[in-house]
Amino acid sequence: MGMQAFLDIFDIYLLEAVINGILLGGVLALLALGLNLIFGVIDVTWICYAELVMIGMYAMYFMVQVYGISYFIAAPLTVLLVAMLGAALHYLVIAPLLTAPPINQLLATGGVLFVLQSFATVAFGIDFRNLGIRLPVLSFGDMNFSYARLLSFLAALVGMVAVYLFMTRTFTGTAIRAISQDRQIMALMGVDTRRIYLITSAIGGGLAGLAACLLVLQYDVHPFVGLSFGPITFLICVLGGLGNFIGGFIAAFVFAEIISLGGLFSDLEWGYVLAFAFFIVMMFIRPAGLLARRR
Amino acid sequence: MTGQGRLAAWGVGLAALVALPFVYRDPYHLHILVLILIWSFAYTSWSMMGRFGLVSLGHGGFMGIGAYVTALLWNHLGLTPWIGIPVSMVAAGALALIVGYPCFRFRITGHYFVLVTLALSGIVLQVITATRDYTGGSLGYTPNRASSNKLLALQFDDKTIWYLIALGVWLFGIVVWHWVDRSMARYALEAISEDEDAAAAAGVDVTAEKLKITLLSALMTALAGAIYCQYQMFITPDTVSGIAVSLQMVFAAIVGGLFVSLGPTFGAIITILLAETLRIGFGTKAVGWDNLVYGVLLVLFIIFLPKGILGSLLDRLKPQRKVPRAHEQEAVQIARPGA
Repeated sequence: MGMQAFLDIFDIYLLEAVINGILLGGVLALLALGLNLIFGVIDVTWICYAELVMIGMYAMYFMVQVYGISYFIAAPLTVLLVAMLGAALHYLVIAPLLTAPPINQLLATGGVLFVLQSFATVAFGIDFRNLGIRLPVLSFGDMNFSYARLLSFLAALVGMVAVYLFMTRTFTGTAIRAISQDRQIMALMGVDTRRIYLITSAIGGGLAGLAACLLVLQYDVHPFVGLSFGPITFLICVLGGLGNFIGGFIAAFVFAEIISLGGLFSDLEWGYVLAFAFFIVMMFIRPAGLLARRR
Repeated sequence: MTGQGRLAAWGVGLAALVALPFVYRDPYHLHILVLILIWSFAYTSWSMMGRFGLVSLGHGGFMGIGAYVTALLWNHLGLTPWIGIPVSMVAAGALALIVGYPCFRFRITGHYFVLVTLALSGIVLQVITATRDYTGGSLGYTPNRASSNKLLALQFDDKTIWYLIALGVWLFGIVVWHWVDRSMARYALEAISEDEDAAAAAGVDVTAEKLKITLLSALMTALAGAIYCQYQMFITPDTVSGIAVSLQMVFAAIVGGLFVSLGPTFGAIITILLAETLRIGFGTKAVGWDNLVYGVLLVLFIIFLPKGILGSLLDRLKPQRKVPRAHEQEAVQIARPGA
């Protein structure tokens, strides 16, 4: 095989990896949006966010695989279920701690991480499970793309646009944005903060549910699956600036590219390591986040 | 209690702890005691920075490095743990500096710091899993049994020896805690945890002070990991590294109380006894139930006893000397309306 032929193949793989990175970025952006929304409005970080996704993936598995419900009926039900879970998390754990030091809120959600993981272990066992749906592979020239990834990307975009429209076109959405700008004054303006917090938590949960519906198409579900994309979501939010929706969106795609290109050369885990190294370097260059203006 | 009385109490307590394995030799109970001592040391190491508001969820990473680097050097290069442990500590310290420096230099605090360190321990877990050809991945890793020189390999079959080693390491942790407690660094770090800008204005080198305590904490945590590995002779990524271990450290320190030297030890006693009781109570047929109950109890703890058991008890026993923290912060804000 000549050098030229080698380069041709390499380029195709490279392009394929770049495009796969963009497709992965959609789902990561969805996760970052949910976490950012909750942080921006309520000023808490749900460490157990990826575990909510895990529960959603199990819900999809049981509805589709065990009870034979159609994927497209199961998906909205899952979104609803995880949205309710998010609201419950706020009502039961965060609300009693709203005046406590921020670190206690954070650790309480860390405790919920333990609870959700062990709940899944108890209820579903530690076996890897999947939907059993194998979507076709899309061939485009010499490149192959998984149909599942394409679908996830589009659905993630639709989800994000829906949240955007809700935030800009409805009164509740406007109130949510206002609260994220000034937490104290909005209560004086007659906005029921408690209600807004609950709605925000439900939306955050719903986004996790949507991500679950999409991730379950590509990955097996097991009680610890959250650990494989939780840390990367946190890095995305920090790099984009916590509470900064656009920053999170861009950072999601940057990270997805790094993971995808890193995975091209070796295992996916090394993609994560590369992403973390990149993150440390970026902290030196742009400590205030990706989109912060430098003075 | 007077200073002399306190010293005498420590002396009597220590003498009793040293004498214990020679009087009472039940291997299971001794095993639990060794675990409690090693984890107490790890939790004390974490609370060195945790008590100053530097909440790190990356210590699972440091502990994992301590355990795995020591074991890998022994198995692959035949390097004795007597050298391997210092090397692993240096590795963990270097990582702590690499991650800590940009965090502190550029004022990454609060939520941001927690999330960065959280990702750190997640990544260390990924690396251990990814290098499965060397580390055995998620299946775990066993240091090779030494054939002849047990002392050189730091491998002992006698639980009494391990108990004494763990006791020594634990005592070392308590001594360092008190040393920091009495140093100038303590005041600097307390000032930083209250208000970074004000501390910097008062002449405290914020970045350097934070880096020093982080380095110390990471070195000690790596030592805890290495000792744990030498004692158990079997490690998996999940038991010595990762987010779960980091969270476990924070929980135990909080349950016991952060601001007293024996708090983390108290937390280790409670959490380990609780976990053991639940594990035995549920038996092997109910895998996961013990963790489920454990997790629920932790969440309840944080909601209802945020100061920890020992801290809450001491608060009740002692009259309040200090003005509550929230009030202090309020006063600072009023004094500096521009901030």
